[in-house]
Amino acid sequence: MREIHVNDIAAKVAELCIKACVVVAPDIRKYMQQALPTERGTARQILADMLENHDVAMRQRMPICQDTGLVVVFLDVGQDVHIVGGIIEDAVNAGVRHGYKEGYLRKSVVGDPIRRANTKDNTPAVIHYTIVPGDSLKITVCPKGFGSENMSRLAMLVPVDGIDGVKAFVLETVTAADSNACPPIVVGVGIGGTFDYAANMAKRALLRKIGTRHHDPYWADVEAGLLARINATGIGPAGFGGRTTAMAVHINTHATHIAGLPVAVNLGCHVNRHEEAVL
Amino acid sequence: MSKIKEITTPLSPEVIASLKCGDMVCITGSIYTGRDAAHQRMMDMLAAGCDMPFDFTGNIIFYAGPTPAPPGMATGSIGPTTAGRMDAFAPELIAHGLRIMIGKGLRNNAVKQAITDHSGIYFAGVGGIAALMSQCVKNVEVVAFEDLGTEAIRRLEVERLPVIVAIDNKGNDIYNRNGT
Ligand code: SF4
Repeated sequence: MREIHVNDIAAKVAELCIKACVVVAPDIRKYMQQALPTERGTARQILADMLENHDVAMRQRMPICQDTGLVVVFLDVGQDVHIVGGIIEDAVNAGVRHGYKEGYLRKSVVGDPIRRANTKDNTPAVIHYTIVPGDSLKITVCPKGFGSENMSRLAMLVPVDGIDGVKAFVLETVTAADSNACPPIVVGVGIGGTFDYAANMAKRALLRKIGTRHHDPYWADVEAGLLARINATGIGPAGFGGRTTAMAVHINTHATHIAGLPVAVNLGCHVNRHEEAVL
Repeated sequence: MSKIKEITTPLSPEVIASLKCGDMVCITGSIYTGRDAAHQRMMDMLAAGCDMPFDFTGNIIFYAGPTPAPPGMATGSIGPTTAGRMDAFAPELIAHGLRIMIGKGLRNNAVKQAITDHSGIYFAGVGGIAALMSQCVKNVEVVAFEDLGTEAIRRLEVERLPVIVAIDNKGNDIYNRNGT
């Protein structure tokens, strides 16, 4: 049994919040650099602006985007870990509170979805816990922007809908999102499981590195086919037209019921922030 | 793609009429931020017959909520939020003179109709380039609803803020890619 103190968790969460909001991930940068010469006119200018924005954010240590999101935290807790010194949920929220203050990040959370008073410190986070083998704790912090979150959708398809139904739903979601999701987007898809689990898988799919292939060749082909069709829609960077509409389609699947085919599509915008660390 | 047009606020009806869907524009002068919560309050104030927090004539509402300004800086990161959420409020505000908007993304038919009826204009910025956009902001002052935090109405002094004409005063829409 390995002990991990809550103070170390809080400090790491704070650090990851700031890093995710300020430093653009190398896979996104690389994708945009490669896409730039394939575009012309306005689309090319916008990709160039996005790359310049990364530079300014880094140089001035300021957020890449003003929507620094609602913080989603994935905790993969080793079953041989003992958390000491306090309550893990409080530690995560303390980290968010500290990171959003120290990093001059925007406080975008309201405490009640209808009465809507701002909590003024960007807490609480949405936390997903998974128990995994081992004696370490993996923390993944995703500050999720709502331009893209609002355009995400879930459908309870039925078995007869099959792969064509799944593909049509993904395409419909991306087309309806259009410019609102801040393209070029990352499309996270969860297929199977239950209503709730499909959404969870879709969110986790946003964490995969852009440019990596699905381990199952069947799904790798589905991903590649969908990406090509999305990039043929003409939506383009910021929705002003062009080829670069999505950087990646990432699919996660799970066993499901004989009667069901849940599909969740979670859209990640072109900043698609996530940072992780292992304690 | 046409060359960049330079405009200065407040905008005259002639300037608005001269801008066409797809034009790249740089805006210099004062503009006002306001998003979801500030719009709700302005609507409540209109219903109660109160004065608006700033003069609408020729002025621009920028759907944006910045990050806090670090010490020594005029502003934190700032950029447009999804305009569609303001569609519920925009037609009435346009009718009351708030005809010029900056946001990102699609508008509904009621907003397009109000834009053509009142010769307004909708500029779109690029979402998610807020560090770069902040470099255009020279000064910031809260003018109303300070308690709303990032959602307060702020007057920004901007220099060459880059936007694109997304819906012009004839109702042409840049997001209408099929030309329907
Ligand atoms: S969707 Fe993403 S890039 Fe667009 S405004 Fe929100 S956080 Fe920024």
